[in-house]
Amino acid sequence: MNTKGNVWIFIEQEGGKIADVSLELVCKGTELAKQLGLVSEAVILGDKLDGKFDSLFHYGCETVYQVEDKALEPFTVLPYAQALVKLLKQHKPNILMFGATLKGRELGPRVASEMMCGLTADCTDLQIDDFEDKVNKAIYKDKLMQIRPAFGGNIIATIVNTWEDPQMVTVREGVMKLTAPDTSKKGKVVKVTPELSDETKVMKVIKRVRKPKTVDLKKASIIVAGGYGVGTKENFKLIEQLAEALGGQVAASRAAVDAGWINHDYQVGQTGVTVRPKLYIACGISGSVQHVAGMNESAKIIAINNDPGAPIFSVAHYGIVGELNDVVPKLIKAFKAKV
Amino acid sequence: MKRQLMVFVKQVPDTKNISGEAMTPEGTVNRAALPAIFNPEDLNALELGLQLKERHNFKVTVATMGPPNAAEVLRECLYRGADEAILITDRAFAGADTLATSYALSCCVKTVGNVDLILCGRQAIDGDTAQVGPQIAEKLNIPQIAYVEEVISLSDKAVKAKRAIEGGYEILESPLPALLTVIDANEPRSASAKCIMKYKKAKTRSEIHKLMRDADYTDAQALADKENEMKAKNLWIHEWDAAKIQADVNRIGLKGSPTKVKKIENVVLKADKVVSIEPTEAGINGLIRELIEDHTLG
Repeated sequence: MNTKGNVWIFIEQEGGKIADVSLELVCKGTELAKQLGLVSEAVILGDKLDGKFDSLFHYGCETVYQVEDKALEPFTVLPYAQALVKLLKQHKPNILMFGATLKGRELGPRVASEMMCGLTADCTDLQIDDFEDKVNKAIYKDKLMQIRPAFGGNIIATIVNTWEDPQMVTVREGVMKLTAPDTSKKGKVVKVTPELSDETKVMKVIKRVRKPKTVDLKKASIIVAGGYGVGTKENFKLIEQLAEALGGQVAASRAAVDAGWINHDYQVGQTGVTVRPKLYIACGISGSVQHVAGMNESAKIIAINNDPGAPIFSVAHYGIVGELNDVVPKLIKAFKAKV
Repeated sequence: MKRQLMVFVKQVPDTKNISGEAMTPEGTVNRAALPAIFNPEDLNALELGLQLKERHNFKVTVATMGPPNAAEVLRECLYRGADEAILITDRAFAGADTLATSYALSCCVKTVGNVDLILCGRQAIDGDTAQVGPQIAEKLNIPQIAYVEEVISLSDKAVKAKRAIEGGYEILESPLPALLTVIDANEPRSASAKCIMKYKKAKTRSEIHKLMRDADYTDAQALADKENEMKAKNLWIHEWDAAKIQADVNRIGLKGSPTKVKKIENVVLKADKVVSIEPTEAGINGLIRELIEDHTLG
């Protein structure tokens, strides 16, 4: 029914484990594909990937392109880019999505440049709509609206790629929701041998050190976050005590991470993790747009700050103007008394 | 001849420190009111370049694309120890997205010639895309190493660098020429007083012409003499346009940009009805009770 290519998702894997963001994109990609009368397809690159990607079908993919070569494990950008560009030229997908991870943000631009395509970084929403280019008097049907924060998070821009497909985006982790997987669903596997040129194999990985993440904020249903207003590293223990009492997870704003009170894995916001817990308690966080972008979809937000003018109060459901040293122990005491 | 490395830098509005004056009464940012600063991670790239200059006797050439007053960041580079500066400026570059920008910058590298290493900050704080570095590398068909923390070693033929990966780090080796994007992992040096004394007089052609026009001094020969004098004193900031870097006019500026901006919305923090809780025991007990009753807690 259509001459368009499909909706493609670049699947990021590390040691055969698929990144959460890739599954989130499969869900979003499948939704967009339905709107366009297309299907979603995934492309996974690496070595020895058999049996590692059934979940892609469960979340909605019809096809998985399984691209294998020794040079594709571990990730280096040149062979990845070449293998991907070859497939794109052959299949001409309508849309191509990457996670806005370190890998996605390194690979995406290289591929877009070679394809002479636009690429929009760090999208937080994607929609389908028509676009009228008033300057050039052209109308584009069913284009991908690529919605992203810019200017330090102070504006939200909607961007459209008007040249040839694919319409390429990187998408922030945690912003697209996972739909319920259908574990009975199966799909087609297309095995691809990329025939990489020697020029792509010039970079050597001499050493690789990875520590598993110490925390997964995205899975926490209660988050207690501390900001610069906490004041000292010593005082940050209050935040930990409240989190522990409520059965929640500690997190922080960038200011608290920069101050050295807690490590970057715990950072919520534009340069950290995007979260949407049942309850988010912001302690001594002023509420910069960068921080708010990472937490304002929380179901309930409590803000505690001694400055009644702090912007965090404008996104909070409950506001407490007061000193943390006074308010936090009261919260712990009240909760312990009630449960 | 000395080996040469290039550092690309950018002048950006200070989006991270938005003060009261830069806010409109509607609660949005007035972009024109933001001060222009040296993009932070480009200072890290410059620092790495200057360290390599000290270790390996490189010539450091810095370049920026922007309006005429972007020459200010180039002088900032000279104050810190850069050897030569290029302002890439032309109305035809206006409205460029990352594809058109990286194409123009790759033309600049080709015009400079014989560049062993290119350094860029990972990303600029106005767009936060991190795309231009990798795209310059692709346009030049050379390898890239993104998110570099430090250069471990550098030979005539290869660079070995430590760079960030998800949850850790990696040491990568790449043949030269190569492009590195640099993250906030070193301590950029301050401007040196001696260099400021010398290079505050460094000017682009447009700046010199403006000074002389202001002094009512427009004789063509006088302008040419002044230019030659500045060049001889090494106070000359190159000013290159699209023709000079032999850029294809269809691949620069708005025309060379596949992405179009459909709309821009200002972020206004939503002013929902916030329930004010008194910081008293009674107030806080009431809040906890409410959260337990609606199953948020417990």
